[in-house]
Amino acid sequence: MRESTLWFWHIIAGAVILVLLGLHMTVMHLDDIIGLYADTTAWETVIARSQQGFFMVTYILLLGAALYHGLYGFRSILFELSLGKGCQKAINWLFLIGGLLLFIYGAYVAIAVYSMKEVVL
Amino acid sequence: MSDAPKKVIFEVLRYNPGVDARPRMQSYEVPAPKGLTVLDGLLWIKENLDPTLSWRSSCRMGVCGSCAMFINGKPRLACANQVAHLGGGKVVVKPLPNYDIIRDLVPDLEPFFAKHAAIKPFLIRKNVEELENPSGEFFQSREELINYIQFAYCIKCGACLAACPTVATDASFLGPQALAQAWRYTSDSRDEGAAERGKEVFTAHGAFRCHFAGACSDVCPKGVDPAFAIQLMKQFMFREKLGGCKEKHGTEVAPPVENWTPREGIPKPPDHSV
Amino acid sequence: MAETAKHYKNRLGLWGWLGGGRYGLERYAYALHRITGMGILLYFVLHIFVTGSRLGGRESWTKWMGGFESGIFEVGEYLVFIAVAYHALNGIRLALTELGLLMGKPTRPLFPYRSAVLKQRPVLILVMVLAAVLIIAGGLDFFLLGAE
Ligand code: HEM
Ligand code: SF4
Ligand code: FES
Repeated sequence: MRESTLWFWHIIAGAVILVLLGLHMTVMHLDDIIGLYADTTAWETVIARSQQGFFMVTYILLLGAALYHGLYGFRSILFELSLGKGCQKAINWLFLIGGLLLFIYGAYVAIAVYSMKEVVL
Repeated sequence: MSDAPKKVIFEVLRYNPGVDARPRMQSYEVPAPKGLTVLDGLLWIKENLDPTLSWRSSCRMGVCGSCAMFINGKPRLACANQVAHLGGGKVVVKPLPNYDIIRDLVPDLEPFFAKHAAIKPFLIRKNVEELENPSGEFFQSREELINYIQFAYCIKCGACLAACPTVATDASFLGPQALAQAWRYTSDSRDEGAAERGKEVFTAHGAFRCHFAGACSDVCPKGVDPAFAIQLMKQFMFREKLGGCKEKHGTEVAPPVENWTPREGIPKPPDHSV
Repeated sequence: MAETAKHYKNRLGLWGWLGGGRYGLERYAYALHRITGMGILLYFVLHIFVTGSRLGGRESWTKWMGGFESGIFEVGEYLVFIAVAYHALNGIRLALTELGLLMGKPTRPLFPYRSAVLKQRPVLILVMVLAAVLIIAGGLDFFLLGAE
């Protein structure tokens, strides 16, 4: 793909992450300050969030955006090491396939937990 | 002046390709009268202490771009920096980093010039015939000139690449100078080569390997501000992606001026020689 | 002519990413953005697998989370929080400047030159101040509030 297209989406993904990760970080780490949950990482709290459609969808969006943004950024860094042409090609494929596999796994978890039956609340 | 000038220590990197396995530093004591530039100091050393010391310089007034060196922790022009203004007791002079050292303070600028050439640093027009056999000059307003004039001040000294972190590791990165020149021509109202030049600039080792560390603009001796030019180039690309840019038509050729007589005493232009 | 004598290689290499000269603040902000970006990416990939333990139900989740209760992990998590706070805020600045904003327009270069880098520097300072505020707020949340 053309480099300008890849970089274009790197920036767009950054903007998407900003919103979603901002939300995620507030829920996870500033929760005591705004008094959201008694314990954000307790199983009950976690599963209650995971089974809301809103969180399921935003988790998957954040997953995709952060994987793309992070992997493109890391590829940038590696490409600045004067690597050979073959090496650069290998990185492109490795990151594409690795990124897709991670996305599929993460999205599967989000959907599976969303539709999990026996929740002990 | 009666009293002898103060002395200052010059620590200069030496490298003799046939002899030295690696560079070494050599110290010289140089009298430092008021106004002594780093270049003056080097010249004094060459005349009085060590005729083998090598470097490039020519205009000694910040115009030719030959004398950029790594002076007291920063790439600068040796001729445009006075010893008294550097601060600190010593003057430490090394060749520009990120270029091969040919000898002493002489960097190998060949790859740098090749990158400049790669971005097509000239006006590109659809109508080649007009370029080959011009019938007049292209229109350009004062505002259109100010759009790019600062980028056109580049003297190819190479200081910006010495400061750039990406150039420090990526040999194929075009570098701030070439990328800034790409924008200098692309933003010229007379140019029609945006797409053609873009093919050279928006590659995996082009404009997107700039991360706005800003060091090139910090050290540029001519106020070219290459970092700014590169970001404007990216903005141009981004807008194009969003569909905001129509294809640009370069400005027209100005018609011959009619009913015009030169002021008295102004000589006629010379005839074409070719 | 004889073969050209050997040039001495003088590319700075990785050291050149971190500094290597007396340059402006932005060059160090760049290095930090790079380090935090890689740090977050590493955390994020591990995070995908750790949160995958939800698949195993309550038992597997609490077992995994329990493993991260010790002080080292808490501090590590706080480091990730710091990295995200800085990377996100500085990322906003970079996204804007790399799109040519915040830096005015081209001008005639009149000495003393005022580069675009200087023009956007107040935004970098603002970013650092906001990051500090977030980092302190996060520190309160991590170590004082909510800690049993
Ligand atoms: C919170 C919102 C975020 C914003 C606004 C943001 C913004 C940016 C921007 C604008 C760049 C490009 C900088 C450049 O050209 O040098 C960048 C680079 C990068 N980002 Fe992010 N980012 C965010 C989150 C993340 C996350 C979650 C990760 C990890 C998964 C990440 C990993 C990276 C990496 C590895 C780079 C490359 C750094 C470099 O080339 O020096 N970022 N980020
Ligand atoms: S942009 Fe400035 S520093 Fe770079 S080569 Fe041109 S004059 Fe020298
Ligand atoms: S000698 Fe010409 S720029 Fe210094």
